[in-house]
Amino acid sequence: MEIKILGGGCANCRALEAMAREAVAALGIEATVEEVTDYAAIASFGVMRTPALVIDGTVFLSGRVPQRDEVRRIIQGISG
Amino acid sequence: MSVAERTATRAALRPWGWAALAMAAWASLFAANELVWDRLFFDLLGWEGRVGSAVHFFLYDTGKILLLLTAVVFAAAVLRSFVSPERTRALLGGRREGLGNLAAAGLGVATPFCSCSAVPLFIGFVSAGVPLGITFSFLIASPMVNEVAVVLLWGTFGWRVAVAYLGFGLVIAVVAGWVVGRLGLERWVEPFVYQVQAAAAAEGERPSWGERFAIGRAEVRTILGRVWPFLIAAIAVGAAIHGWVPEDFFVRYAGPGNPFAVPVAVLLGIPLYSNAAGVIPLIEALAAKGLALGTVLAFTMAVVALSLPEMILLRRVLRPRLLGTFVGVVALGILGVGYLFNAIF
Repeated sequence: MEIKILGGGCANCRALEAMAREAVAALGIEATVEEVTDYAAIASFGVMRTPALVIDGTVFLSGRVPQRDEVRRIIQGISG
Repeated sequence: MSVAERTATRAALRPWGWAALAMAAWASLFAANELVWDRLFFDLLGWEGRVGSAVHFFLYDTGKILLLLTAVVFAAAVLRSFVSPERTRALLGGRREGLGNLAAAGLGVATPFCSCSAVPLFIGFVSAGVPLGITFSFLIASPMVNEVAVVLLWGTFGWRVAVAYLGFGLVIAVVAGWVVGRLGLERWVEPFVYQVQAAAAAEGERPSWGERFAIGRAEVRTILGRVWPFLIAAIAVGAAIHGWVPEDFFVRYAGPGNPFAVPVAVLLGIPLYSNAAGVIPLIEALAAKGLALGTVLAFTMAVVALSLPEMILLRRVLRPRLLGTFVGVVALGILGVGYLFNAIF
């Protein structure tokens, strides 16, 4: 699984990244977590509000920092 | 009605029940705030001296402003959950200047985004064919007409000032965006912006009322969590000014008669980055000591609309000349509003 956190490095983006890493560790799944800060790359996902959570090329969240278990549920749902 | 239907109806109504309860609790707290402090200080303690009046001001104002903020931030977040930048962009694409600027300024007020999203929004709008000037009207209106500022102005200076702030904020956004558009500055946008192949964003799911209220609660937590130290500090300084600075202090130095008061207020406001919550309790005390209202308003607008961190972010997509033009046009607009206000009120 390829998890990307889109954002210009603001506090909200770091919070979302930490949540994603935590969820991956807690669920014990194989996944890479990567931060995308290049604005052209962010725009190429069609995202206009940061932070955004992208998993395997699909945007799941944008413009808000979700609840902890929401991130876990999303990741769990995809890993099957 | 089947059992399943009845359960579904009850689940749909539950958030409204909580909302009604919360509203009643809020109204009683708001009514109690003034009553309790007045009774305590003036009737029970008889504490009416300088210190007493400063402490009374601090406690009463803290309560009032926190309550007002909670209500407005919540309401604004719920209303904004109906608007998304994707829909806004679709509405603005291919608009003509003039009316397009007006629509952009209005939507800028209604569309939720934080200043760290200014750059992705700019790229998303411009690369989708929204004209530069219209994009600027949107980007200026959003921080300028800030719901926190409107409420605080209403609570401290009355509805006339709040409405004037809102109206003039929109006028500046419309006119400044229109001017930037007319100047034809597209070549001062960093070229990569026009090469971005922006993907069409998927339309988000429609949240239920329960989810909208949850968004509102989360927003209240975030905003209050962030601003309360500034708010308390500003009210404390305000209380000190209230108690100790002589009545006519600012009339003498920065009253309506001083032509330099407004530009100095704007220049001071640009590098100061604070939210309205940190500024308005302070200026309330300043205005009470004779600082002219237009000067106060210009300072507020400069602080919330022009912030150094946002400019540093925007530098990634705007060349210095365009960034400078943008700041200059907005600052001039604020200056004009300040003078106009001082002349009217």
